[in-house]
Amino acid sequence: MKLARDTWLIFQRQLNLLLRNPVWVFVGVFQPVMYLLLFAPLLKPALGAPTQAEAYKIFVPGLLVLLAIFGGLFQGFGLIAELRAGVIERSRVTPISRLALLLGRSLRDVVSLIVQAVIITLLALLFDLRVFIGDLLLAYLMLALIALMTSAVSYGVALKVKSEDALAPLMNTVAQPVLLLSGILLPLAFAPGWLQGVAKWNPFSWAVDGTRALFNGDIGNDRVWQGLTIITVLAAAGVYWAARQFARSVR
Amino acid sequence: MIETRGLRKSFRSRAGRETKTVEAVRGVDLNVPAGEIFGFLGPNGAGKTTTLRMLATLIEPDGGQATIAGADLLTNPGEVRRRIGYVAQGGSTWDESTGREELVLQARMYGISKAEAQRRATRALEAFQLSEFADRKCKTYSGGQRRRVEIALGIIHEPKIVFLDEPTTGLDPQSRAHMWDEIRRLRADGMTVFITTHYLDEADALCDRIAIMDHGEVVAEGTPADLKREISGDVVQVGLDVTATGEAEKLLDGEEYVNRLELLDEGGLRLFVDEGATAIPRILRRIDSAGLDLRSIELHRPSLDDVFLTKTGRSLRES
Ligand SMILES: Nc1ncnc2c1ncn2[C@@H]1O[C@H](COP(=O)(O)OP(=O)(O)OP(=O)(O)O)[C@@H](O)[C@H]1O
Ligand SMILES: [Mg+2]
Repeated sequence: MKLARDTWLIFQRQLNLLLRNPVWVFVGVFQPVMYLLLFAPLLKPALGAPTQAEAYKIFVPGLLVLLAIFGGLFQGFGLIAELRAGVIERSRVTPISRLALLLGRSLRDVVSLIVQAVIITLLALLFDLRVFIGDLLLAYLMLALIALMTSAVSYGVALKVKSEDALAPLMNTVAQPVLLLSGILLPLAFAPGWLQGVAKWNPFSWAVDGTRALFNGDIGNDRVWQGLTIITVLAAAGVYWAARQFARSVR
Repeated sequence: MIETRGLRKSFRSRAGRETKTVEAVRGVDLNVPAGEIFGFLGPNGAGKTTTLRMLATLIEPDGGQATIAGADLLTNPGEVRRRIGYVAQGGSTWDESTGREELVLQARMYGISKAEAQRRATRALEAFQLSEFADRKCKTYSGGQRRRVEIALGIIHEPKIVFLDEPTTGLDPQSRAHMWDEIRRLRADGMTVFITTHYLDEADALCDRIAIMDHGEVVAEGTPADLKREISGDVVQVGLDVTATGEAEKLLDGEEYVNRLELLDEGGLRLFVDEGATAIPRILRRIDSAGLDLRSIELHRPSLDDVFLTKTGRSLRES
């Protein structure tokens, strides 16, 4: 099937280039690791959690979602470099599937996110975090879908604005409120009513709740399927929109 | 092989609060037969790249039609893509990839199998004398080496037509000559080659036919020789003593091969003829038989720049 073949082709190319310079995976994971080591220890007393492990069950899922959102949103910068080098234009005169041009890149981003997520999970194990493997895999699925969506959106926006100078402030402006309104760092259970009301409209807040439920071994929690559904729908919409940007004229 | 009718494109650009419309291409009609090197000659901003980008399916025309290698540009761009190759003006290789990787990827983007893509990459690297650098990153290539990789990328899938946007800009004279040879080889392989250039000598020496473009319009089209003949023919300048000039004028004015004749202030004549090569011996005989003292004789053939000058009132060298 052409789409699968073309996607695989672009994915391989992008992954190869990433592996040639794997330091980026570690740069990406550096900040969350710092949070894990230097910020998380404050949480047990702050949250009033009974044990360190309990505090990590709340904090680590949020941290992973954060990583997925930010890791994805900033992929557009690489694409702008490719635009400038003429690589995108060169691809667009070939009959390769436009959806594959997007999916190949986004899947590379998903893979690199999962690698980072595994590193962080392993580190958290050292701090007595314990998760059932099935729940963990489902949580990774949630993270993968988030990264797919945010990286696709980032690519689409990059193709529209075509300059780093426009992309950086745009992504920051979007990311900050999304981040604060999703209860990523601290659960929104601590928030005043109005803030919780606003956060209900933030899809990432559902994703964070769902991921936390999974880390808590609570797979039956409604937030799990609700979060997965919301994010799946959004990821599909993001991919559809961004693929159209690849098909449109670019300069 | 390429046929366009009334191809148009305008861009809206914003400068501050004003929006300005640039009519980049305004109604281009072309007819390029198979197997020739067709050149698009024009100054900066003439609309050459914009036309090429339309023909390569990268931007949609505002109006007009085109058939490329038998496929309709507007209704069947996918088929057009399969049949053409396109090498952009600004480059298209990625710093961190090697030339070989780029070639293999490019072939595979056209649906060619991995093994075949590798074979073709090796062959292309040899043909373009790149084998030595094949496995080095593109960022380590010289400008000329990189340009050769890009041309190789444009033809790796053996298209019927290849569009080369300024293939030799930035190359030294030797690399340019090599590139010309390579482009001629493509024609010998049966490809139709469509290049843009603003070098007069390149259009003259390399192209079978050219279209001269200015301000989004084709102002002249034909073989370089025809275009030049069309405007003025050749000019033969004869140097004589001021005293002998009057007599020579009488001798030559009636000759049927002389279209027009001018006196020079410093003595001598300027003769406008169709074909300088055949006129010169006859002029010489005439002056000789009258016993006049000939000081010099010069043949001036019109250049494509003269063609451009007559058609647009400007010189291509100045613009
Ligand atoms: N994307 C665009 N937006 C706005 N204006 C554009 C765009 N692309 C081209 N133009 C304008 O259209 C005109 C034709 O440009 P084009 O690139 O086709 O010229 P060209 O003949 O290729 O010139 P050069 O020899 O410098 O490459 C120019 O005035 C240019 O500024
Ligand atoms: Mg150009």
